[in-house]
Amino acid sequence: MKELSELNLPSNVKYHEEHEWVSQSAPFRLGISDFAQDALGALTFVELPEVGAKLVRGEEFGTLESTKSVSPLISPVNGTVKAVNEAIADNPDLVNSDPYGEGWIIEIEMAASELEAMLDVAAYKKLLEESAH
Amino acid sequence: MSSEYKVPGQSGLVLAEELLWEKGRKGRSGASIPASKVPSAKLPAGLEGPGPDWPDLAEHQVARHYTRLSTWNFGVDTGTYPLGSCTMKYNPKINEELAGLPGFAKAHPLLPSEAVQGELQIIHELERFLAEIVGLEAASLQPGAGAHGELCGMLLIAAHHRHNKQKRTKVLMPDTAHGTNPASAAMCGFSEIKVPLGPKGYLEYATVEKLMNDEVAGLMVTNPNTLGLFETELVKINEMIHRRGGLVYGDGANLNAVMGRADLGKLGIDVVHYNTHKTLSTPHGGGGPGAGPVAVGKTLTPYLPGPRVVRKEDGGYEWNEDLPLSIGRMHAFHGQFRVLVRAYAYVLTMGAMLKDASELAVLNANYVKEKLKDLYDLPFPQHCMHECVFTNALQEPGKISTLDIAKRLIDLGFHPPTIYFPLVVHSAIMIEPTETESKEELDAFIAGMRQVALEARNTPDLLREAPTRTVRRRLDDVAAARRPVLTGDMK
Amino acid sequence: MRYLPHTPEDVKEMLDAVGVKSIDDLFAGIPPEARRDRPLDLPEPLTEWELRTRLEGLAQGGDWSVFAGAGSAPHHVPSLVPYLAGRSEFLTAYTPYQPEMSQGTLQAIFEFQTLVSRLTGLPVTNASMYDGSTALAEAALMAQRCTKRRALVVSELVHPHWRQVLKTYLDPLPDVEIVVLPAGPDGRADLSELSKVDKPAALLLQSPNFLGVIEDAALAAEAIHKAGGLLVSAFAEPFALGLLKSPGSLGADIAVGEGQSLGLGQGFGGPGLGLMSSKMELVRQIPGRLVGQTADVEGRRGFVLTLSTREQHIRRSKAVSNICSNAGHCALTAAMYMAAVGGTGFRELAKLNFDLGEYLKAGLLAKGFKPLVSGPTYNEFALTAPPGFVDRREELKQRKVLAGLPLKRWFPRYKDAWLFGVTETRSKEDIDQLLQEVL
Repeated sequence: MKELSELNLPSNVKYHEEHEWVSQSAPFRLGISDFAQDALGALTFVELPEVGAKLVRGEEFGTLESTKSVSPLISPVNGTVKAVNEAIADNPDLVNSDPYGEGWIIEIEMAASELEAMLDVAAYKKLLEESAH
Repeated sequence: MSSEYKVPGQSGLVLAEELLWEKGRKGRSGASIPASKVPSAKLPAGLEGPGPDWPDLAEHQVARHYTRLSTWNFGVDTGTYPLGSCTMKYNPKINEELAGLPGFAKAHPLLPSEAVQGELQIIHELERFLAEIVGLEAASLQPGAGAHGELCGMLLIAAHHRHNKQKRTKVLMPDTAHGTNPASAAMCGFSEIKVPLGPKGYLEYATVEKLMNDEVAGLMVTNPNTLGLFETELVKINEMIHRRGGLVYGDGANLNAVMGRADLGKLGIDVVHYNTHKTLSTPHGGGGPGAGPVAVGKTLTPYLPGPRVVRKEDGGYEWNEDLPLSIGRMHAFHGQFRVLVRAYAYVLTMGAMLKDASELAVLNANYVKEKLKDLYDLPFPQHCMHECVFTNALQEPGKISTLDIAKRLIDLGFHPPTIYFPLVVHSAIMIEPTETESKEELDAFIAGMRQVALEARNTPDLLREAPTRTVRRRLDDVAAARRPVLTGDMK
Repeated sequence: MRYLPHTPEDVKEMLDAVGVKSIDDLFAGIPPEARRDRPLDLPEPLTEWELRTRLEGLAQGGDWSVFAGAGSAPHHVPSLVPYLAGRSEFLTAYTPYQPEMSQGTLQAIFEFQTLVSRLTGLPVTNASMYDGSTALAEAALMAQRCTKRRALVVSELVHPHWRQVLKTYLDPLPDVEIVVLPAGPDGRADLSELSKVDKPAALLLQSPNFLGVIEDAALAAEAIHKAGGLLVSAFAEPFALGLLKSPGSLGADIAVGEGQSLGLGQGFGGPGLGLMSSKMELVRQIPGRLVGQTADVEGRRGFVLTLSTREQHIRRSKAVSNICSNAGHCALTAAMYMAAVGGTGFRELAKLNFDLGEYLKAGLLAKGFKPLVSGPTYNEFALTAPPGFVDRREELKQRKVLAGLPLKRWFPRYKDAWLFGVTETRSKEDIDQLLQEVL
């Protein structure tokens, strides 16, 4: 596992307690944080929602699998799935190697105000620090 | 310290072996095929297929193939196998021979009862033995393995509630449960309510009491639990569950700790399953077949799977299919009969000495715990039952994982303990020596574990690179899961 | 006691090391109310020699000649097979959780998966289920997950015990409708009823079915696929697939079967070997263990358990099944059998078993038996008996011959009908003698 100081946590996205990020302006993309991909280990399968599926804040919309775990993807926002990243269906390792770029998971149709309940990078770092103790 | 007890792991010659179809050649044969003396018959058009494309090998090629593969394996007969929660005790050889008697091996399951009185007697007597060992009323031998026994037990509980017109849809389950418990409950349509353990590793009455209500069908509990501890408040808990209309499923995975010592009837268990490959010494065979008989108290007896063997007034045995409340069949015939023959033979060999087996299993586990607790973190320090749980907390700061410890033990010639289970303990190392390991073998294993702990400090790469003495080194399970290759060449 | 190695000195030294005075102290955690207060009421322990005598006396069913299958069939087992299967490196191992020291089991199961896939004609095969009946029940649940539908259609001519197990599995689950397809006069499932079922998850069909009749699985596949469901194709006798078209080639989505015929012996019904194959796109819903090929850190081919996230130890209540231990050693034994007889030998045996069945059938028809149904059969068949047969059948039991099984036991309407079958374990002479004695 990476130390906190080793984590890549860009400041141009918003974070969520469940370790996802969403980009700050449209198109709103969602992925998982470097912390999450590191904690999960090498991903082997991503179960993606269908385009058009409704997203409800706090509810599961897909799963990430490593060889020995299954983790739910919890939506940080309300909205609709506008697109899914087909590339990670074939190459789930993209989520590990480039979590904020080619490893994005879904694109969301939503109001920008949905971001207000999310954390900025400083708040997210603080959350990680607290949970490490 | 490790010089006195030499660890068994050394290096030796490993022979390579191809896949079956890489060595076959059409036209060879490894078995006698009787010549036909009857006329060749014709199939109607359109039904015939090409038959399977299996390789043809000569008999000795098959013999060598599997003999070589067997040398890549490790069993209880090879060495110490302290796999927690799996009770890898010695598998008696006479039982293999008895299960192979032609009288059993060649018996058709639908023979008339008069032809199979001996077989029916075994079923009838073994059911009684299994009920007696745990202190319950009756048993069924139909379930095919432990998880199937769990399914059977939960079906019995569901049938009981349905018969009593009770709609109960949830089941309480400690968070130390084996994964089979929630999965078995789900197969019966029950949802799981997780019950957290108390700080000492036990279920606490107050916690369970708060969660028990009239939507709850009952409690599924492994006792001793998967931390190797006897649930001290379980009598009171079970009494409360019963008072509120629930029933209690006892997961018998850890029965090897308590034979002759605990009375599950008095404890308040309504149904318990046995894993014959754990408690009753039948070989696990690298993945089964097991057998998962269930024993039940009075409440659930009427719901047991059918048909059941009954004893007639003249002393003979017959099948009874008139079981109006029975949940029905769990198996195409009468359960894993030849596995059950081995269990029957084991009980006849041990008799009341099953109690000694449990006592020595518990003694062995406590001995190992005592001898390792200075070098490995022991989260629950009290006396354990038949298994003890350590963690890698003392090695983790040096970036040594539980997996690294396990892999290094392989090089030293031991099967590693169960790792990363139970889930409630971070990076658990769960050791179950079983009663059939002698003190010398335990001492050698302890020496191995101590050696690994010292190496973790001094030469950590030995652990990270292990194993190096096996036919293969660490395997890439990520690649296996990302691009599954589940069969060889398919044309 | 030979399984308990502790001497009194060992016990004392170990108790001292633990720091307790007696074994009782280690059991102090059992609350007094739950302690056993009476000795185990079990027979006096037997020596190995007494045990052998006792069990030999109880092993009684093996010397009968049974001219019927009904889900359990006698076949010759080459000595090689139990000999190799008995190697304790295989027999006394656990599930291969540590792949580096379990490559023997893992490669053998990978080979098993491959050989069974070549038999069923479907590319995914799991490492086994308990038996054919539980494989069928699990296939029904799998089809429900794959289609997100609940209703199941099952042919009346699926083995009656398998159908009972299916019912046991489905009984507690809400909203599962099971529609039974009746048998037509040809002894095949009457597919016309299928169109009346709303949103079926699957059609469960056995071929050859319980009456030995070869179903039109291709037609069934077309019908169920049109209705949006899956075809689960079951078989109780793998030898049928040595001669007939494979379930996969006929359009089955899932194939399940009993593998006892593949070198296991009948064993009074267990342990058997549940076989299960499926199409690749359903792989994430298949229950049970799967072995996959991979490489070690030095790049050498090796095998591991894979796609484990489907299973109970990871996904718990959301797992595709609760199955853990399966019939692994039976799978290994079956693989040894398949390797020993080989593709060519299996084909010959499959044809021989067909020919023997047809020979017995023709002989019985000549004696005045009548076909119960008109469809083509493989190896087993149902006939209506002429008067007098019942008495002769009772007499034959005196010399441990069982001439057929009464179908009325499972199908009350077939009251004078009997199920017959014969395998390569009976010679032409055995059959001729039976034909002489049977009427």
